[in-house]
Amino acid sequence: MSSGVGSTEPPRSAGRGFAATGAGTAAVEMRHQLVGLFGIVERNVYLTKRYFLWDIAFMVWTIANTLTIVFIARAANLPPGRENTLATMLLVGATIWAFLGIIFEFMTETVAWERWEGTIEYTFMAPLSRLVHLFGQGAFAVLYGLIRATILFFAVAAFIGIHAPRANYGAALALLALASVSFIGVGIMASVLPLISPEKGAQLGFVAQGVMLVVSGVYYPVSVMPTWMQWIAKVSPATYALRGDRNEILTGAGLAWADVWPLLVIGAFSIPIGLLVFKTGERYAKRHGKLKRSG
Amino acid sequence: MQQQHPAVFVRDLEKVFGRRNGLGRRRRRAALRGISFAVERGECVAVLGQNGSGKSTLVRVLSTLLLPDGGEAWIFDCDVLRDARSVRRLVNRVSVEASFFKKMSAAENLSYAARFYGMGPRETRAAVPEILTKVGFPPERRGESMEHLSRGMQQKVALARALLTSPVLLLLDEPTTGLDPRSKLEVQEFIRQVRAKHDATIILCTHDMAEAEALSDRVGILDRGRLLFLEPVEDVKRRFGVETLEEAFFAATGRTFEDESDEEKDREVFA
Repeated sequence: MSSGVGSTEPPRSAGRGFAATGAGTAAVEMRHQLVGLFGIVERNVYLTKRYFLWDIAFMVWTIANTLTIVFIARAANLPPGRENTLATMLLVGATIWAFLGIIFEFMTETVAWERWEGTIEYTFMAPLSRLVHLFGQGAFAVLYGLIRATILFFAVAAFIGIHAPRANYGAALALLALASVSFIGVGIMASVLPLISPEKGAQLGFVAQGVMLVVSGVYYPVSVMPTWMQWIAKVSPATYALRGDRNEILTGAGLAWADVWPLLVIGAFSIPIGLLVFKTGERYAKRHGKLKRSG
Repeated sequence: MQQQHPAVFVRDLEKVFGRRNGLGRRRRRAALRGISFAVERGECVAVLGQNGSGKSTLVRVLSTLLLPDGGEAWIFDCDVLRDARSVRRLVNRVSVEASFFKKMSAAENLSYAARFYGMGPRETRAAVPEILTKVGFPPERRGESMEHLSRGMQQKVALARALLTSPVLLLLDEPTTGLDPRSKLEVQEFIRQVRAKHDATIILCTHDMAEAEALSDRVGILDRGRLLFLEPVEDVKRRFGVETLEEAFFAATGRTFEDESDEEKDREVFA
């Protein structure tokens, strides 16, 4: 039996209320969404400034970690030319690993960090479209990731003494930026994990990142993997980013259509699929009360 | 003549939570059991209840953070389920925890929140110091990070955040809990000012009876997920033939307000 208090008829006539009339035209709504997207990027800039010393510490760690990988080329006792090629190949793999790590970290933190700070409910009750919310997070991650990846690449190259006289850095960056659309899509899928599992979800993002890079030939050609892994590699955007960037840095090649079109196709599918996955997760969290801060 | 719709309309609202216990068995607890009420535009109603009574669950459903399992809830004429984005434009909330990015300053946190409601840098540059002054927060401290502010100051920033976006429905979920007496009075005074100067409808969830009586037009008691009544304080006292709301609570539930049984504590985990 319901506990009726002051019941009247439900207000379901007369359009959509003054929320809609206030919002007005699609142009106003679009402006609101763009301001919201700017807000996400702006917030991340504030936080990056506050944690700047930590960023430097993590940068040092990433450079040290990459050096442990690239020194393998020195230990291989190859002729100088082939050693340089192997070192460059490893460096490109490690750089893209670091870049992808930043994107996945930021995307999974969309939920995990806000839950930790307790702001998640305020963000999720704001009239910002989820696509804009997540894309804003992804856009900052790409910008920030590109800066860090560039520093990493040149710091390690200078330390080891890698020569890339023919490198086409413009094409390499452009390909990475194109791949980033797909990375954001996959990152959106990973970012749903902390919504479903507040305790362990964020860590599962690292699993997704690792699996993607293993099948994409992060430090080796895809051809050395078992056939079934090579099939999975075909749908991984990292495969084309790694292959293309290696070519562009080692041989100075321009953007290859063979790398571009798969990234366009994967990007076109990964964002909508990521959004669908996230919205399903959000619905689950709202049904089961998982948005609420825990701990 | 244009028909006036209630600001909030809730009918037969249900919310059930399930949790697995240590043995893996699923336990279900109803946080809201067929709640119905209406709040008129510009009205302030207080919902009193013990911990775990369902107050926060009600606020979360109205602010689209929880999906109800039954019934319906409308904010003005927007359905919280089907028209959530429109509802979000109308509603803002202050909860017991002043939740912010602790490393960011008050001004940065407010600007961040305002962006989601379409307020650009030019608008917030003027609006943030203005709203902070209104809530009694020294505007010259707006650049300090939140972690260096007292709990009372943080709660004032939380109020500023809610009001910055000019909500027509303000959901206050224990906004003065844990505040020192002076901060509590300041926040209560500010709520009065909001009512007097703005056309805002307020739902105040609290377990502070004096606060409910002082600030609201009508008071309801939410007990174990059921809304027992929602009436003007004098009507409540008359109905039970008592002098105070504490006595009314006892008359309505058979328990004192401070008396939280194991069931209430258990319910708190769910709700």
